Amino acid sequence: MSGEVLIQSLYVLAAVLFILSLKGMSEVRTARWGNWAGSAGMLVAIVATLLAYHVERYDLLIGAVIVGAIIGVPIALKLPMTAVPQRTAMSHAFGSLAVALVGTAKYYQLYPDIDRFTMAVLASEMILGYLTFTGSCIAFAKLQELISGKPLIYPGRNFVSVLMLGIAVALGLALVIDSSQSALLPLMIIFALLFGFLLVMGIGGADMPTVIAILNSYAGLSAAALGFVLNNKLLIVAGTLDGSSGFILAMLMCKAMNRSFTNVLFGGVGAPVAKAGAGAGEARTVVAYSPEDVAAILDGARLVMIVPGYGMAAAQAQHAVKELEDVLEARGVSIRYAIHPVAGRMPGHMNVLLAEAQVSYDKLLEMDEANLLFPECDVAIVVGANDITNPAARTKPDSPLYGMPILDVDKARTVVFIKRSLAAGFAGVDNELFYLPHTMMVFGDAKQVVTEIVNALKK
Amino acid sequence: MPEHTVLTTQDIVINVLIFLLASFLGLELIRHVSRLLHTPLMSLTNAISSVSVVAALIVLSNPKNDFIMWLAVIAVALAMSNVISGFMITERILLMFKRRGGGERE
Repeated sequence: MSGEVLIQSLYVLAAVLFILSLKGMSEVRTARWGNWAGSAGMLVAIVATLLAYHVERYDLLIGAVIVGAIIGVPIALKLPMTAVPQRTAMSHAFGSLAVALVGTAKYYQLYPDIDRFTMAVLASEMILGYLTFTGSCIAFAKLQELISGKPLIYPGRNFVSVLMLGIAVALGLALVIDSSQSALLPLMIIFALLFGFLLVMGIGGADMPTVIAILNSYAGLSAAALGFVLNNKLLIVAGTLDGSSGFILAMLMCKAMNRSFTNVLFGGVGAPVAKAGAGAGEARTVVAYSPEDVAAILDGARLVMIVPGYGMAAAQAQHAVKELEDVLEARGVSIRYAIHPVAGRMPGHMNVLLAEAQVSYDKLLEMDEANLLFPECDVAIVVGANDITNPAARTKPDSPLYGMPILDVDKARTVVFIKRSLAAGFAGVDNELFYLPHTMMVFGDAKQVVTEIVNALKK
Repeated sequence: MPEHTVLTTQDIVINVLIFLLASFLGLELIRHVSRLLHTPLMSLTNAISSVSVVAALIVLSNPKNDFIMWLAVIAVALAMSNVISGFMITERILLMFKRRGGGERE
């Protein structure tokens, strides 16, 4: 019995370390400490389990750990920071598949008499786990651009998706009523897999920050559900912490887009829409400026705000942007960065890219701080962002973007907008900013344009 | 350690209570996470929730047949790859966050 007390105490210790780990993430100063606390908690949990449960096939166990390390270590060491969203999607896929497989194993282990509570939790755990697996695989494929980032739209697609989930849940219920009907289990798994696949196929690339956060939450919740099945409290705590983290991030992303969960999941935003008649009539012209023109404007500036978006990541322009910062700072210009919560492909993506380029993190401003500062800015430079700067979100009630909190870039004295072409942003909406008299459009690849501005300034 | 195959009502009530408390705690903790760190937060929570490797180990300690055993072995490999790369990537990202010029003052 004393052995069990030791094991349970170690589990409590691991849970406390996990909690402290998240607490550490509240500040950059303590974050690394938090990560180490988390690693220590994991080690304690694994050692405690190996002490308590006698695994006979240590050869297989060690083999599995080696395979895990072979997959995990190279990714961890070599992954470019621009690819962190893909890696996150992949780890959600791995995590949820692991949980779903253990749930499946548990079903066959307990078969044929499983009490109804356990079966209900098992079924929801498996449905959640398997749908998160395919959903995350599709998210990965979209982020890695293996498949088109555009949402797959066809008539009645939401009906079809929900039908898949409905069938999976119905099969789960049938198993709760009679858990010995093992033929239903593979069917339930297939429908859950299909639902996850269809769900994320219908979501556009720029909604990925929200989708990743939601999948994060699901992966955590399915781990917590597994904890219920195994009566393992550590798993409940760790899974729930992960679940609530994903939930909060998803809420923040939705709020930053002024959209609801349902709208993100089933709205199909980002599909090519037919041009509305309204704007088509008036031919509006845009004047293209050169990088040299921008350099001339920047020369006399005191405060410059840089507004990064996914385009900066796509063009790998973060190092060029940092060079621009250095050149301008050497001339006494103050530089700040305005970070919109949904800029990039996952929560916090821009912060990581700029940190990688060695931008000091106290120069990274959140939306509210940045918006207070825009009226004092001499120049705002938009690098690879679009919808998050569109003033239509404030002024045009008929715009799909209306109501979305944006960065008030238009309030700066001069706006420099670096863009590949005049194409509309992800939401398929024209950006009012292009046509303002104080906007300078510079067309070209973000990295190239920024480098040319730097060169012009150096002359 | 005895295998609990059938849960008592008391177990269930305690587990639900733990779930609720962990939810409140989680929401409180995450709300205070710096916005700068949302990306490393995600890789960290990902690694932490891969403590499901513990569940795979428990199943592996008492597999009824080879099929169950292999499911658990695959789960161990998947979860361990998350654990290893999750903590390592978080460390790599956090090392990049530096305050420059202004020294170490807050």
